[in-house]
Amino acid sequence: MAIQILMPALSPTMEEGTLAKWLVKEGDTVQSGDIMAEIETDKATMEFEAVDEGVIGKILVAEGTEGVAVNTAIAVLLEDGEDASATADATPAPTEQAPVEETPTVSTPAQAIASVDIPMEDIPEGTTFTSTTVREALRDAMAEEMRANEKVFLMGEEVAQYQGAYKVSQGLLDEFGDKRVIDTPITEHGFTGLAVGAAFGGLNPIVEFMTFNFAMQAMDHIINSAAKTLYMSGGQMGCPIVFRGTNGAASRVGAQHSQCYAAWYAQIPGLKVVMPYSAADAKGLLKSAIRDPNPVIFLENEMIYGTSFDVPDLEDFTVPIGKAKIWRAGDDVTLVSFGIGMKYALEAADRLADEGISAEVIDLRSLRPIDYDTLINSVKKTNRCVTIEEGFPVASIGNHLSATIMERAFDYLDAPVINCTGKDVPMPYAANLEKLALVTTDEVMAAVKQVTYR
Amino acid sequence: MAAKKPAQKTNTSGEELIEHYKKMLMIRRFEEKAGQLYGMGVIGGFCHLYIGQEAVVVGLEASAKEGDSRLTSYRDHAHMLACGMDPKGVMAELTGRSGGYSRGKGGSMHMFSAEKRFYGGHGIVAAQVPIGTGLAFAEKYNGTDNVSFTYFGDGAANQGQVYEAFNMASLWKLPVVFVIENNQYAMGTSLQRASSSPELHTRGHAFMIESEAVDGMDVLAVKEAGERAVAHCRAGNGPYILGVKTYRYRGHSMSDPAKYRTREEVQKVKTERDPIDHVREMLEQGKHATTEELKAIDKDIKKVVSEAADFAQTSPEPSLDELYTDILR
Ligand SMILES: Cc1ncc(C[n+]2csc(CCOP(=O)(O)OP(=O)(O)O)c2C)c(N)n1
Ligand SMILES: [Mg+2]
Repeated sequence: MAIQILMPALSPTMEEGTLAKWLVKEGDTVQSGDIMAEIETDKATMEFEAVDEGVIGKILVAEGTEGVAVNTAIAVLLEDGEDASATADATPAPTEQAPVEETPTVSTPAQAIASVDIPMEDIPEGTTFTSTTVREALRDAMAEEMRANEKVFLMGEEVAQYQGAYKVSQGLLDEFGDKRVIDTPITEHGFTGLAVGAAFGGLNPIVEFMTFNFAMQAMDHIINSAAKTLYMSGGQMGCPIVFRGTNGAASRVGAQHSQCYAAWYAQIPGLKVVMPYSAADAKGLLKSAIRDPNPVIFLENEMIYGTSFDVPDLEDFTVPIGKAKIWRAGDDVTLVSFGIGMKYALEAADRLADEGISAEVIDLRSLRPIDYDTLINSVKKTNRCVTIEEGFPVASIGNHLSATIMERAFDYLDAPVINCTGKDVPMPYAANLEKLALVTTDEVMAAVKQVTYR
Repeated sequence: MAAKKPAQKTNTSGEELIEHYKKMLMIRRFEEKAGQLYGMGVIGGFCHLYIGQEAVVVGLEASAKEGDSRLTSYRDHAHMLACGMDPKGVMAELTGRSGGYSRGKGGSMHMFSAEKRFYGGHGIVAAQVPIGTGLAFAEKYNGTDNVSFTYFGDGAANQGQVYEAFNMASLWKLPVVFVIENNQYAMGTSLQRASSSPELHTRGHAFMIESEAVDGMDVLAVKEAGERAVAHCRAGNGPYILGVKTYRYRGHSMSDPAKYRTREEVQKVKTERDPIDHVREMLEQGKHATTEELKAIDKDIKKVVSEAADFAQTSPEPSLDELYTDILR
């Protein structure tokens, strides 16, 4: 029976791609493992291999076609002894298909998310903006700081020749060479300790963890060596270093690769901790982090690397560490979040507005130090607060904020603060369970209804 | 990799060769199907295929006996098939369904079988090495003569915990066979770019661990080395290191464009050193199997794999209350 060859998904987040090139033509015999086509995904050009053997009966999608949806039939393969007439009734390969929403937990909006209507501190009147992905903004920040200071260098697994496992360091090796953009062996504990030593020795390392899950291998050096030395040396020597990489749940990568470390690091005196949401904040905060004389934990998120935001066209745009940003002013409830949690907060605020509830949305951006004043002032105005984060519920950032609000604004509260968090379970792999384990916009909505007694 | 090895004359029986052939082909077809299901979006997240490396685990499993334990990294599907786990249960775990070995909660990288003493499926590079050493510690403690097969990659071989494990394994004479599956790349980093000493089997010398280099494209060579290693361990002489040289045909995971090596490099290994072709040639030359018999084997295997794929797509998703089960007992 003839087999339809379907457009493959070649990355966890791919929904469509370009059929860049056919390497076979009609009538060719293919063996499993033969490369049939080159396909461009959202991240790279991939070779597509045959699984079954047979003869290419018909090519259904011409090379050069863009926007071919995953699972579209692209060719028909004839098995032993069939002729081309079989192509007419070719049956698609197994029909059960992944629900589309199963792939990315967060879809990437096509348009840039503009934040120009929100007051951005220190941006001069008349500044223009360029729509930039978070991925590019991070790279631009590193490139600008490396140009400005030759002591800054980048080190990590696959950061140089591979251009970054998530393509964040794209182009840096070309511009700065292998003295300053350094591929390491897979030895997190070792290279983290080495980078701390380099910082003691007067350099300004940026250490990329392929993901923060692997920084657990290096935890001792981050906490015991980097964070505490300034104190233990009576102020003689500090550790100017940035530890950065993707943090939190990606899509379907299971328990050992899906964890938010915001609350862990935020607990440690001697560290600064930032977790940006927008591309502008990613850029401005990373530049500040690289200049900071202290160890800074810089938590990114794979699910928003490809999201575009407006970034100001300024020669040297920085965002101060330790300052929250009000994304949206409101009167009825304060939604406070950071990182990817902002996505749920902003979505909820939109939906709440439709229902006549005015939410003020605060992006903490920094988790150590935390900008308590901005939060407390907001709660004094709205008298209600919901916190949102993807991390575990016990000893979460939200728990800490609740306690602080209780201490500093108890008399202003009209309802107990509610913490929306990820669930108290290791991340499951199954699609249906993973969805349940993450915090959702619906849960934020429900929490707001509860604190506003609607 | 050494040039093409002629199908050697061997004393190995036809029956045994056919067994190896079936197991290796099963792994290859299973992995191809997994790649296809990933392409359809039925498998999510990361999915690391073993295609090209089949002779390693099949050769070593042939040297194992009942009660031995094994564990490896995230590139684990083949290890499960080779130790006798059910392809249906493995495939259903890849699709995240209740019929999977971890009932859909672990996924491709994290699967286990208490029954087959398969201790995972580990997503963190090299984490399995001290754990495998600990399994060997338990064997010695319990006075068994079983061994622990602890597999890890050339990239993993640079992690510090590997050497901490080597030291304890040797110091306490633990029955662990360390199998370094050197497929020559750790993601996009070749061995030469990450390792100061390319001969990975010598990494245990400082700890006085006996070791040898093994041709991982030749299932019989792997099996023989495995038998030496296992005999050494079972006799109470402590650990043994096998530096097995092999090659992965596919990208590191499904989303790796593999730009760090040429298509010709891959093609050369496929045509000159394919571990399955090698056994097929031996079967043909020794007249152990006719073309028809080989075709029938291929067909049977395809059927098993296609049934596994059907099962993996029709087995229901885990029930929602599974979210909160198995966190503590
Ligand atoms: C501690 C840690 N660091 C980094 C990673 C990301 N990572 C996953 S696989 C891999 C390459 C490992 O290569 P190797 O040990 O040679 O095994 P292979 O994939 O070739 O089987 C890397 C860097 C990880 N999972 N864990
Ligand atoms: Mg490798």
